[in-house]
Amino acid sequence: MGPEHRRELIVNAVLALALLAAPLIAVTLDEPFYVTLASRVAILALAGVGLNLALGAGGMVSFGHAAFFGLGGYVAGIAALHAFEDSHFIAWPLEIGGSEHMLVIWGIAMAASAAAALAIGAISLRTTGVYFIMITLAFAQMIYYFAVSLPTYGGEDGLSIYLRATLPLVDADDGLTFFLVCYALLAAALYFSHRLIGARFGAALLCARMNPERLATLGIAPYPVKLTAFVLSAMMTGLAGALYAELNGFVSPAMLSWQRSGEIIIFVILGGVGRLFGPVAGAALFILLESFLGGWTDRWQLVLGLILLAVVLFARGGVVGLLAGRARHD
Amino acid sequence: MSAAFLIEQLLNGVQLGVMLFLMAAGLTLVFGVMGLINLAHGSLYMTGAFFCAWIAGATGSFWLGLAGGFVAAAAAGALIEVLVIRRLYERDHLDQVLATFALILIFSELARWIFGDRPLYLDIPAVLGGAVPLPGGGSYSAYRLAIIGVGLAMAAGLYLLITKTRLGMQIRAGESDREMIGALGVDIRTLYTAVFALGAALAGLAGGLVGALQSVQVGMGEPVLILAFVVIIIGGIGSVKGALVAAILVGVTDTLGRVFLPQLFGLFLPPSEATSVGSSLAAMAIYLLMAGVLAFRPKGLFPVDVQ
Repeated sequence: MGPEHRRELIVNAVLALALLAAPLIAVTLDEPFYVTLASRVAILALAGVGLNLALGAGGMVSFGHAAFFGLGGYVAGIAALHAFEDSHFIAWPLEIGGSEHMLVIWGIAMAASAAAALAIGAISLRTTGVYFIMITLAFAQMIYYFAVSLPTYGGEDGLSIYLRATLPLVDADDGLTFFLVCYALLAAALYFSHRLIGARFGAALLCARMNPERLATLGIAPYPVKLTAFVLSAMMTGLAGALYAELNGFVSPAMLSWQRSGEIIIFVILGGVGRLFGPVAGAALFILLESFLGGWTDRWQLVLGLILLAVVLFARGGVVGLLAGRARHD
Repeated sequence: MSAAFLIEQLLNGVQLGVMLFLMAAGLTLVFGVMGLINLAHGSLYMTGAFFCAWIAGATGSFWLGLAGGFVAAAAAGALIEVLVIRRLYERDHLDQVLATFALILIFSELARWIFGDRPLYLDIPAVLGGAVPLPGGGSYSAYRLAIIGVGLAMAAGLYLLITKTRLGMQIRAGESDREMIGALGVDIRTLYTAVFALGAALAGLAGGLVGALQSVQVGMGEPVLILAFVVIIIGGIGSVKGALVAAILVGVTDTLGRVFLPQLFGLFLPPSEATSVGSSLAAMAIYLLMAGVLAFRPKGLFPVDVQ
């Protein structure tokens, strides 16, 4: 284990502990706002961890991950609506109603994201480079406009979730508990990504990014490897979307917008592409900048834009790269 | 449904199409020559619209405003090319996407700062305020016809510029071999700035022209930007001819879809559902078109060998 690798592990540990400690301290100081803020960081980091699998490991620059984020959000919103009204999502041939069980909602959110990603990925992965960026964007826009024109589910105005779904054993309505749930899911996603990249599948995925011809020569077709990674990536982002809707008690087409896709990319790049904890660092920095600059000046977007620009132009490798030294695999 | 109505809708589609072409031409040139994805192109469109509305409001002359918007967008384009964009040519697309996304944030906030939070309004010039009779009994806005005329004139001008002039020769050379034209003594840095400013100026012109049809406000550039991306993807990135064909195709598909799809579904669905299904499908129509084109021609209708 080289010194840089050890430094990255230390950076990761500090990030993980800081994110866990912040809301605990906030609770003791009776500042619930910061618990919500930490939950947002954890959830958006989870969305970023999902994208990082496609973008960092697989080299698939998806500009449409908001599609999965929003899909997850709409699953939570629609399930809550039908559970609240005691009505049916589909009345025939099967009766499918709403649900107030978070585990069910998570499962459906991930399944829906997986199905969408399978269809979108199967077509998009026929293209590469800038075409891939744009076709994923186009699919996300399609879903965005579909949601806008759905009057049953709020159309442009979105959908309120009046009652947060429940979990067995714990009280998800409590802010800190909900944060810990999100944190645990983020940790699980990080562990899963880590194991996946370390496994044979991960090696094949990295090779599919760097040298697809070579992978094909070894007898492994790159296409199914990349498609699988794309679907797994979308499932994590979809799960994050469901959590985000529960956190805000609200879901709207804004969750599907291309700006949201851009933000998820920003989390990944700001933190450091391909770094395991990159999205965590990126999401934390983004949310902190947003809330503190927003409190300090009305022109926070200007400052945020300048900082982003500086990171791209001068700090390649993102925050984690800056703290832990250059990546070894470039 | 009368023939006049159909012609009117077709003209609306073509008008949207030439507008999209003015946006897409800059995007596709910049990608073709410099290999750069520029998300901030919509901000240049917005810059053109704001300066046009502001100058027209201050001087009372729409034409002065339009010229001002054209020049302001070109200047803004040249400025960001020199300060930021030129550092991105050697980077991968990911860095380009992020840096130009940051530029959008900066431009939007600056526009809010300079011009205020309230939208600006721009009046159609009096000369073009009337309507032109159409064959079949209808009439059509003279201003929209003028937009179509300007757009087509710009397309012709761009064609002449690229095929007949020295600058055009260098642009074409830059598309096929970037290093070689540098080695042959062409000042690439200036060429790149010129191409970028040209694209920006066209976007600014589009912004100024559209400014008289809708309110001028922050965020007006991004929906058009996305449509322009769809256009250059369908046309084949780097191809100006492809951009023109695809822009008209997208403009007409979008406009006719919005008008006729709800009516089509009305034939076999109850009216309320027909409107909802039809309009949602219409909003998705161009993206379906794009996915369809890419599924069969992954490099667009007029593929260009971009390095």
